Amino acid sequence: MDRIPILRLGRVLLASIQQELTDDIALALQQDLTEMAAAGADGVIIDISGVDVVDSFLARVLSEIAAAARMLAGETVVAGMRPSVAITLVEMGLSLRGLRTARSLSDALSALGLGEARIQGRS
Amino acid sequence: MTAVGSGRSGAAVVAEVLDARREQLAQQWADLPLFRTVYTSGRDAAVTAAHRLVDTLADVAHGERVEDTTVPALDRIRPHLAQTINARTRAGCSSPQFTAEVAELKTPLMAIVAQELTDEDRYSGLLAAAALMGTLRLVVMEILLNQGDDIIDRQRQQLLEVSTPIIKLWDRVIAVPLIGTLDSARTQVVMETLLDAIVDQHAAVAILDITGVPLVDTVVAQYLMKTAMAVRLMGAECVISGIRPQIAQTIVQLGIDLGDIKTRATLADALAWALEQAGARIASKE
Repeated sequence: MDRIPILRLGRVLLASIQQELTDDIALALQQDLTEMAAAGADGVIIDISGVDVVDSFLARVLSEIAAAARMLAGETVVAGMRPSVAITLVEMGLSLRGLRTARSLSDALSALGLGEARIQGRS
Repeated sequence: MTAVGSGRSGAAVVAEVLDARREQLAQQWADLPLFRTVYTSGRDAAVTAAHRLVDTLADVAHGERVEDTTVPALDRIRPHLAQTINARTRAGCSSPQFTAEVAELKTPLMAIVAQELTDEDRYSGLLAAAALMGTLRLVVMEILLNQGDDIIDRQRQQLLEVSTPIIKLWDRVIAVPLIGTLDSARTQVVMETLLDAIVDQHAAVAILDITGVPLVDTVVAQYLMKTAMAVRLMGAECVISGIRPQIAQTIVQLGIDLGDIKTRATLADALAWALEQAGARIASKE
């Protein structure tokens, strides 16, 4: 069974979903991520820019993964959500309250203090 | 519809008359307002169009289904009728006027049928001719109704498109000025276009300006909150601006909780906040 690789960048965990998300893969990710976060991490980044469509089940699992990661690791950033996925979540009433979001992976990295480029305005 | 006299049906009799007197009828029809006013370029064009109509009606009569508006033969003239209707509508002709003009075609046809037929066929022939012209009017009415629907659909679509412009105010700052009453269909369009714009322009702040929204009730507030949440999920900040004093009071009185959504009184305030987020600042030249 396919699993989503979880990378460790210092004290930050990075799970980048770049494939079609099936129920099994999502559940496996939930388990892997919570285990690794419990083993010690200061932040978790879940990059879902590769996820195009979610159904009600996946939407729920995604929000659960995010909520659990937040409990275990503190800072959790969901990055790169697509418009269609955002609309599905909102329509289902899953607003991921209190969770940090970022437009892209690089924004998420800088939000956790790992990247160099903070959002800069025109000088 | 069987004839009393010759044993032929009225439709068959009319079909014969239409074939035999095709030229005469087309010439007479071409002089009527329906054709004359549309084919202004020359009489020949009007006669050609009249021929087409005569031939179609003859086909319908040959098929014996003079009262059936769904006869395939009629499909041939539908586009032409629609064109004629368009031309007349542009010239300021109303639907009742147009159907009256179509009804005018009846007189020359009846005269020719009455003149052409012998006593034994005349009655059934006239009946069939009247039915045929009635069918033509029904087809015209059908096209008129459909066109009305088409126009309404098109305008509704246009309204949706026109009402949701995404404005880039600054690098990574975009705004949507909402104007008019918000309903679920419009909210959907606003949400989709806004979220797409956030992706396209890498926007960090999206401003929803509701200066032009006349009324905010619980439903509209729900729509606004949904949009703001979706924006937040995308990783951008959402600010709602343009909240007039009455609207602020209504929102409070209705007990609507906007949660942690940022609000500002004016678009200018929202922009100032957005610039601050982006690390930029507007200062006077001094």
